[in-house]
Amino acid sequence: MSSSQTRLAEVPVQELHRTPESRRRHHRNRWFAEVGWRHLVALAAVFIALFPVLFIVSAALNPLGTVASTSLIPREVSLVHFEALFTDPNRPYLRWFANTLIISTVVTLGQILCSALAAYAFSRFRFSGRRIGLLSLLLIQMFPQFLAVVALYLMFTAIGEVIPQLGLNTLLGYGLLLMGGALSQVWLIKGFFDSVPKELDEAAIMDGADHATVFFRVIFPLVTPILAVTGLLSFIGVLGEFVLASIFLTDNDVKTLAVGLYATIDADRSGNLGVFAAGALLTSLPVVLLFQFLQKFITGGLTAGAVKG
Amino acid sequence: MIETLKRLQRPSSPAPAGSGPGRERTTKPVALFAKILALGTVVGSAAALTPALIATGRWGFLAAIWVIAGVLLLTYITGRGVPAKYLLPGTLLLVVFLVYPIVMTFQMSTTNFGDGTRTSKEETISQIIGASVVQSPDSPRYNLSVATEGNPTTGPFAFLLVEPKSGEVFLGTPDDGLQELEPADVTVADGFVTEAEGYELLTPQEVNSASEALKEFAVPTDRGAIRQLGIRQAFEGASPLKYDEARDVIANTSTGVDYTPVKQGDREYFVDAEGKRLSDQSWLANVGFANYLRVFTDTRISGDFLQIFAWTFIFATVSVAGTFLLGLGLAAALNDPRIKGQRFYRAILILPYAIPGFIALLVWSSFWNKDFGLINSALGLDLNWLGDPFLAKAAILLTNFWMGFPYMFLVCTGALQAIPADLKEASRIDGASGFLGFRKITFPLLLVTVAPLLVSTFAFNFNNFNAIYLLTEGGPFDPANPTAGATDILISYTYRLAFGGQGAQLGFAAAVSVLLFVLTGIIAAIQFRFTRTLEEVN
Repeated sequence: MSSSQTRLAEVPVQELHRTPESRRRHHRNRWFAEVGWRHLVALAAVFIALFPVLFIVSAALNPLGTVASTSLIPREVSLVHFEALFTDPNRPYLRWFANTLIISTVVTLGQILCSALAAYAFSRFRFSGRRIGLLSLLLIQMFPQFLAVVALYLMFTAIGEVIPQLGLNTLLGYGLLLMGGALSQVWLIKGFFDSVPKELDEAAIMDGADHATVFFRVIFPLVTPILAVTGLLSFIGVLGEFVLASIFLTDNDVKTLAVGLYATIDADRSGNLGVFAAGALLTSLPVVLLFQFLQKFITGGLTAGAVKG
Repeated sequence: MIETLKRLQRPSSPAPAGSGPGRERTTKPVALFAKILALGTVVGSAAALTPALIATGRWGFLAAIWVIAGVLLLTYITGRGVPAKYLLPGTLLLVVFLVYPIVMTFQMSTTNFGDGTRTSKEETISQIIGASVVQSPDSPRYNLSVATEGNPTTGPFAFLLVEPKSGEVFLGTPDDGLQELEPADVTVADGFVTEAEGYELLTPQEVNSASEALKEFAVPTDRGAIRQLGIRQAFEGASPLKYDEARDVIANTSTGVDYTPVKQGDREYFVDAEGKRLSDQSWLANVGFANYLRVFTDTRISGDFLQIFAWTFIFATVSVAGTFLLGLGLAAALNDPRIKGQRFYRAILILPYAIPGFIALLVWSSFWNKDFGLINSALGLDLNWLGDPFLAKAAILLTNFWMGFPYMFLVCTGALQAIPADLKEASRIDGASGFLGFRKITFPLLLVTVAPLLVSTFAFNFNNFNAIYLLTEGGPFDPANPTAGATDILISYTYRLAFGGQGAQLGFAAAVSVLLFVLTGIIAAIQFRFTRTLEEVN
């Protein structure tokens, strides 16, 4: 409001004497100079953001399914690739999908629970080593787990020799491995816990609740919605994990979508494009919808330091 | 972390009264039952694993599971140290699957561990001698069943042998040699062992697929060693080689040649007087800092390393700068209340960020293809994007811009909206033009909010394995040098050293990993300075 006043004051005097026609043209020029170009920039960005996405859609629907035959707007539409996706025994897409879903869900729940428990201790108790503990967590989390991939590989080879169900090439072992990130959300969740007034737990303690009741009955329910958002973001992170999965999951039946789809396109960069795109589309769709739904929280969370993996 | 935990358990440091929910009160029966059940499961599993671990001599593993079980018991059985009860589950997982592997990486970096050096010296000697066993017409034969205590593809394997004439049954392993088994412990049918307690028998197909490992498999005996002969037969042959422990020499008794261990590179081999190797098999040894020295002094490696390090740095810097400028420009352009359709723009612009990264990267890698890629065909070019070192780097950076600009756009939009409008207003009144106002007022304020995120994005890209591996796999490669590609960053280089199929150099890869840890630590330190988190902990 105040800016429009300033702008009015800036209008040079001679402009007021223009003919209506030239004033209109001038208005249009001015609109372009101040607002219009912004739309042009936005549209250019929209095009750049969108064309690879259109390409995936188009390749998934194009019955020929090679890169050369695919344009951004599909000329022919068919669902053959989706059919192939669900029927080809060499590429058990549904199995991969289920594997990914299970791993991402279980690992996320585990990580959030472990993080929430630890965050509760850090938020509500004062104990020696607390500060050091918080700082070491911050430091340790800076090192991605896959930097130690060689050691992890040998470790799980050894575990597999004793407990085959937990070794390399098992979903259980891979899930356990990812639980190394069990405390990765502590800082974020501690922030949420800190915002819950302490008077609430004190009241509960007066009523005879012990620390576990305070955690599970008082604080946890209050922060559940925000934990859900945190969980969804870490779910997406686990879903996209590729490095460790590519080393740990080599059998077709235990692959996740990341490794499975990579193997699909890597086998034949041009020929398998259609099937790959169909799989990629079905994988991306729920994630993209989730993102749109969570947009507000993501923008808030970004500045709070949560980075997508 | 362990230190912290120990301190937490010490009764001398209870939570000060009134600083948190009180000590444990009477536990409800259901909770108590769940607790007993959980702790019982922990101890039970540890106990169940113990015999197998003792039998195979995995003492470290054994110690680890009992330490874990002990810590769990101590923490949850007493009413003391309430915070520890909450910290323990996550901390245990963190220590076992993140901290310990990091420590192990350090330790491994001082060895020559890799293909050809996976075994100890004794194991190597018995393998060399076992492999030299030859069959003679009077060599005794055995009926063979291959068994395993672990996994049918990776072992460890054992031979279950039946002497066809006497029907005696033996168990043969490389470590313990030949042991006679009680007939009651095994089931023998048609002269072959078909079942044995504690062992899983391999099917002929499985024996076939494990043939690589079984070829090296030899059971040492007094006369030589027992080796596999086809799928269901084994023979006991004699070896001309004898190891003389006092002189540390393998002597060939039929030719009289002595083989002594000689160091070649970071490995030792048994060689004769002319330097000819008896076997290409070497063994695991400590090499101290040799792997690190190699990074900096071995001219070929140090050249690769410096070039890769430089590119890692450029890649991370340009990625951050590029995405930041694009995101900021876009945010500045769109951050105007007069623009209609903001929500629509934002919904679309978030897409590259929302699509799972591996999918976007794989799609882009097909875009850059020389022959059928979208980029060449749409722009009418004929550039070998992924085959030319320079173009491949450009392709990677452009792709990474696409992947990263929405994040920066969101971040910058948030930061711009957080800047008080009256500040901009004031600069305008003071006569600052649009751009000058932006440069002098808006940008510095924005930078304060965004700087920590720029550092964390830098750290992320510094180890952005996916962006490299899924687009170029580190290539293109110089035909003369298959270990270091033109677009390799340190982490993808390490990955290839360890898993690249040209003979794993795990010790050396670990040393490069350690250097990466150090570099990441430095970046972390910078980030801490920016965020000043250290002072804010309360």
